[in-house]
Amino acid sequence: MATQTQETTRTVQPWQQAQSGQKSAVLGMDTERLARGLGWYSIGLGLTELLAPRAIARLTGTTNHQALIRSYGLREIAHGVAILNRPRSAAAVWSRVPGDALDLASLGRALASPRNDRGKTIGAMAAVAGTTAVDVLCALKLSRVTGGATRAEANIIINKSVEECYRFWHDFENLPRFMNYLQSVRITGDTQSHWVARAPGDFRVEWDAEIESDVPNERITWHSTPGSQVQNSGSVEFKAAPGGRGTIVSAKIDYDFPGASAAALAKVLGKDPEQIVKKDLHRFKQVIETGEVIRTEGQPAGRRSSTTWLDSVAR
Amino acid sequence: MKANCWQGKRKMSVETVPDPKILNSQDAIVKITSSAICGSDLHLYNGFVPTMQEGDIVGHEFMGEVVETGKAVQKLKVGDRVVVPFPISCGRCFFCQQGLTSVCENSNPNAFLAEKMWGHSPAGIFGYSHLLGGFAGGQAEYARVPFADVGPLKIENGFTDDQVLFLSDIFPTGYMAAEQCDITPGDTIAVWGCGPVGLFAIKSAFLLGAERVIGIDRLPERLRKAREDCGATTINYEEEDVLDALNEMTGGRGPDHCIDAVGIEAHSPGVQYAYDRAKQALTMESDRPIALRDAIMACRNGGTVSIPGVYGGFVDKVPFGSLMNRSLRIRTGQTHVHKYLGPLLERVQKGEIDPSFVVSHHMALDDAPEGYKIFNNKEDECIKIVLKPGEKRENLQQHVTH
Repeated sequence: MATQTQETTRTVQPWQQAQSGQKSAVLGMDTERLARGLGWYSIGLGLTELLAPRAIARLTGTTNHQALIRSYGLREIAHGVAILNRPRSAAAVWSRVPGDALDLASLGRALASPRNDRGKTIGAMAAVAGTTAVDVLCALKLSRVTGGATRAEANIIINKSVEECYRFWHDFENLPRFMNYLQSVRITGDTQSHWVARAPGDFRVEWDAEIESDVPNERITWHSTPGSQVQNSGSVEFKAAPGGRGTIVSAKIDYDFPGASAAALAKVLGKDPEQIVKKDLHRFKQVIETGEVIRTEGQPAGRRSSTTWLDSVAR
Repeated sequence: MKANCWQGKRKMSVETVPDPKILNSQDAIVKITSSAICGSDLHLYNGFVPTMQEGDIVGHEFMGEVVETGKAVQKLKVGDRVVVPFPISCGRCFFCQQGLTSVCENSNPNAFLAEKMWGHSPAGIFGYSHLLGGFAGGQAEYARVPFADVGPLKIENGFTDDQVLFLSDIFPTGYMAAEQCDITPGDTIAVWGCGPVGLFAIKSAFLLGAERVIGIDRLPERLRKAREDCGATTINYEEEDVLDALNEMTGGRGPDHCIDAVGIEAHSPGVQYAYDRAKQALTMESDRPIALRDAIMACRNGGTVSIPGVYGGFVDKVPFGSLMNRSLRIRTGQTHVHKYLGPLLERVQKGEIDPSFVVSHHMALDDAPEGYKIFNNKEDECIKIVLKPGEKRENLQQHVTH
């Protein structure tokens, strides 16, 4: 899937929905945008500290500790790069907090020195404390485990005709062949189907779905029937790739987990929904191009001295 | 069965593991008769390849006999003698259909890991990290081969294993490196590294019409092989300055095309090596591109730098300005082995080349860890080790003399 997947994916977190009622300038802002803002702020401040330590010393009313300020600048830049690389990672934003504490501690020490301009130092400390509050807030928001709705979109190019791709997907009973969390889908009527998903700890979550629109060789949309324990809807589009190079298949999948019963599934799907849809599409490609999903579980191996990150990442 | 397993940096161990099973309907199980240690296995051995896991079975140059086939396998039959290409190709995706089998879109189940590192994923490779699929490798008594109708090449006449084994990797790798240069009669080709891939690149360059091939290395036994078995002129980079020597040999113009058959663990005398070693140790650079820098600087204007040497991550101080300003062309890639199997087997059949000339050692599978050690340390004039699963140490004549 490597070569062609372009996703425009995001997780809609509960706090990003209007219902949260939090409307202050910062709280109402999209958390990811806030994190990006912090990232750029880090880089800007870091560059200033690195390149103009004297100006920073003047601004904060401290004596001229150029080397120290420069090293703090490097640290800020590292935070900024980490955050901008993964603006949805709480860890990256959390990493700013000990840095803030260090800044505050350094300013606190400076405050004790009679040679410094205490007024300016206190101002600087207030500014840092304010930033710390925003950092903590943003990190907390990012750390919150997804419990609400997830939406993910991905696409992939497939070396088969639009007709073949459409026909394969249209038979919903094929979906568990490439959507790993599904145990089965049974067609129960012209437009109805019954879905069974599996979640860790042998949980089963079931729901009924209905095809909403079906335009042959173009698109299919579906949604779960009202009252299901999982609210699921999805759409898939099939477009001929330029130059007769097969089909671009775009899928958009939404899940909403209102009840506690679906929490186990929420754990699986909420963790990284975009990655799940991308992997599903990669498996779809394998099945339709080669007839099956290539397996590696169940291969022999020597002594595994420990369970490593690979076990969790690779599955 | 027994299998050679990676257990950490410079730790290989031969362990008893479960026999492989058919996992996909297009799989075959091969009972391995010969399995070579590749120079690129030394990158695993020295811990330069990320996403290895303790217990991983290594090895990607192997051949043997088909002992079981999945229900969708049609061309291969139990009893067939086959050579297995190191990249895994589905045969049906956009790239496989163009012959670019080492960048198959369907054979790497961990494509998402590779995408994070490289933007897009190449094909899965036997025994070569989880980034490249986490497939159990072939330094073992048996191996499971996916897409069995696409990859394995049937060997139907009486060649020895040593004559056809290297079709799995290093012969096509050296050949593709030379082919990528688009050699025209009269060309001079310089090859960095006279290990097995470099030696095959030298031979292939001559097969493809080069007038003169210059092999560069520091190990006398390898330089001798390049001269005596492959007809190359040689430069020992510990004894003379490579760029000066190449300029001298080409009237100051430089070789027409340059091949880097060294990759990420290059050596060189002097400061450059210390610089790259230090950066690698600090993980500020993953690969040491010493041969690559030389190959770029040496190449004549408008020439080709062809890179069969393995790189994994990031390199530093690559003279890109030299590439750009002098109209150089870079060609590289993991080898699209499948494309070369038929044509190269034909060259072996016609007697144009006998690939067994690279073999220096035959060893029992049990001795694989020792094999890695001597190959890595360049001891015992080691050039190429072929492991013989199923054969006892005492029945093997370890040193091969040609």
